[in-house]
Amino acid sequence: MAGNAAGKSAGRIALITIALLFMVLFLLLPLIVVFAQALSSGFEAYFSSIADPNVQSAIWMTLIIAAVAVPANLAFGIAASWCIGRFEFTGRNLLITLIDLPFSISPVIAGLLEVLLFGLNGLLGGWLSAHNYQIIFALPGMILATIFVTFPFVAREVIPLVQEQGNEEEEAAVTLGANFWQIFWRISLPKIRWGLLYGVLLCNARAMGEFGAVSVVSGKVFGETDTLSLAVESLYGSYETQAAFAVASLLALLALVTLVAKATVEFFLRDEMNAVKRKRTV
Amino acid sequence: MAITLSRRQALSYTAAAIGAAGAAAVTGKPAFADANTLLNVSFDPTAQLYAAYDKLFATHWATKTGTTPVLHYSHGGSGAQARAVIEGLPADVVTLALAYDIDAIAKKGLIAADWQSRLPNNSTPYTSTIVFLVRKGNPLNIKDWGDLIKPGVQIVAPNPKTSGGARWNVLAAWAWALKNLGGEKAALGYLQKFFANVPVLDSGAHGSTLTFTQRKIGDVLVGWESDAYLSIKEAGPGSYEIVRPSLSILAEPPVALVDKNVAAHGTTAIATEYLTYLYAPEAQDLIGANFYRPSAPAAVAKYASQFPLLDLVTIKDFGGWEKAQPEFFGNGGYLDQSFGASGASFFGVGG
Repeated sequence: MAGNAAGKSAGRIALITIALLFMVLFLLLPLIVVFAQALSSGFEAYFSSIADPNVQSAIWMTLIIAAVAVPANLAFGIAASWCIGRFEFTGRNLLITLIDLPFSISPVIAGLLEVLLFGLNGLLGGWLSAHNYQIIFALPGMILATIFVTFPFVAREVIPLVQEQGNEEEEAAVTLGANFWQIFWRISLPKIRWGLLYGVLLCNARAMGEFGAVSVVSGKVFGETDTLSLAVESLYGSYETQAAFAVASLLALLALVTLVAKATVEFFLRDEMNAVKRKRTV
Repeated sequence: MAITLSRRQALSYTAAAIGAAGAAAVTGKPAFADANTLLNVSFDPTAQLYAAYDKLFATHWATKTGTTPVLHYSHGGSGAQARAVIEGLPADVVTLALAYDIDAIAKKGLIAADWQSRLPNNSTPYTSTIVFLVRKGNPLNIKDWGDLIKPGVQIVAPNPKTSGGARWNVLAAWAWALKNLGGEKAALGYLQKFFANVPVLDSGAHGSTLTFTQRKIGDVLVGWESDAYLSIKEAGPGSYEIVRPSLSILAEPPVALVDKNVAAHGTTAIATEYLTYLYAPEAQDLIGANFYRPSAPAAVAKYASQFPLLDLVTIKDFGGWEKAQPEFFGNGGYLDQSFGASGASFFGVGG
């Protein structure tokens, strides 16, 4: 008996050790390397590489892109979850599949599709250039690419929540004479707020860190159409290793903030899901 | 515990954010449309050169016109960069790895067909060549192209399908094999053995250099002379050694005005000066300092020890890019034949 228990606990310790080792090796170590390399020439060099006008421009580009892509997908996610979660209609499954499409398409292909569409030799390229609109190799194209790859994040989080929660409160509100916006603001939105926030966090993290699709349509004009992740690549490629890691550390910090925020939101989300389940079983 | 943000507040914040960002996106007109703004679309190994040249040119332009120019640059694989310009990247000038890539843009009508005769030396203000970079002490005693195909030698070189520098590599290797091994068949056999010894095919010359110097893969890097010097400069003297083969190729990375774009941007004056000034004595000196071979006599004399004279073939010996491109790098060309036999992967790292 005692031997068996010891064996069990030994196995447990081994498993835990493997898991911990794996985590240290694949998560902690890279994180330490990023910051160690970024600070390898001291704090002054670190801050001066971040204060570089080209890096500042990359930070702005990243913020602007996220500031458009995230609200756009927030609005879309709410609309899609409303539509899919509350109504049965033909083409509903097709819509769900379409929302998932960006998950299954390589971001590079997404970028190339945009080139085929908006490029000078693309479908709309001639018209755009005749009217002096620059879509790809400029901010609008980079925003479109980011919206595309972050498309599913909010919707995928909120749809199951809406389906799980059901319509009872909304139906009650209708019978009491509430109008659409009253129902939306006072009932539907509060019901999904944590799921929504969770989706927004994921969406934002991806929007700021996206590389593949944006890389294809950015044109990589340093100080003009570079985002943070593109700046890491171009700095590393031009032998400016310390600066590259300094920029990478910003992205790592973003990941850490996202992680903490995610954990907080998950806590509330679980609470809410439990409340829904309790209500169901009563 | 709930966020104490009223609905109206939340709504107005969101609306403001979308509005501000949207306005920025729409009114953020490409900054390339100003007569003092210039976009130079270049290839990877010239990043340092143009960073230095842009400073020199900015001073020159400011003293000449009284306005400080805004100079932007973009670097990437030469072929990919040409492709981007064809698809609408608003380049005012292109400074690429080989004439074929600029020809590709010219074919789409963005650049005049006679672009190569508009500036001296076939529009090539600087040249380079293909050399070998080996690790300290040259442990495998690599001296010439023949030593590269010995069993057990690991070559680091980029993929000729995507990299301009790699195409110069293949042509240089071919010229040596043709001369020393006799006949096309033997040369093809040489290329097969060459690529069989390449463990990693990066997509660009720069990626290869990083593979060799940062990832410490391989025994010998075959590539641009400028990149070889740059690697030694980065890693300190004595870290690597440059080996010059008995026969190499004159690598001519040309420059050109993108006629259609400068007309649209109103940047003809600054773009023309940007390219012409590359031939000025002070720019030629800068070119030598950045490890490209200058053409102006004073700079040639100054950097003579850095650039020993080599036995070099030129692209003309291959009948020009129009002939060499399909013959070597087209579908079913020599390159495909040598890949097919060696089973080397086409897929490099990166995009």
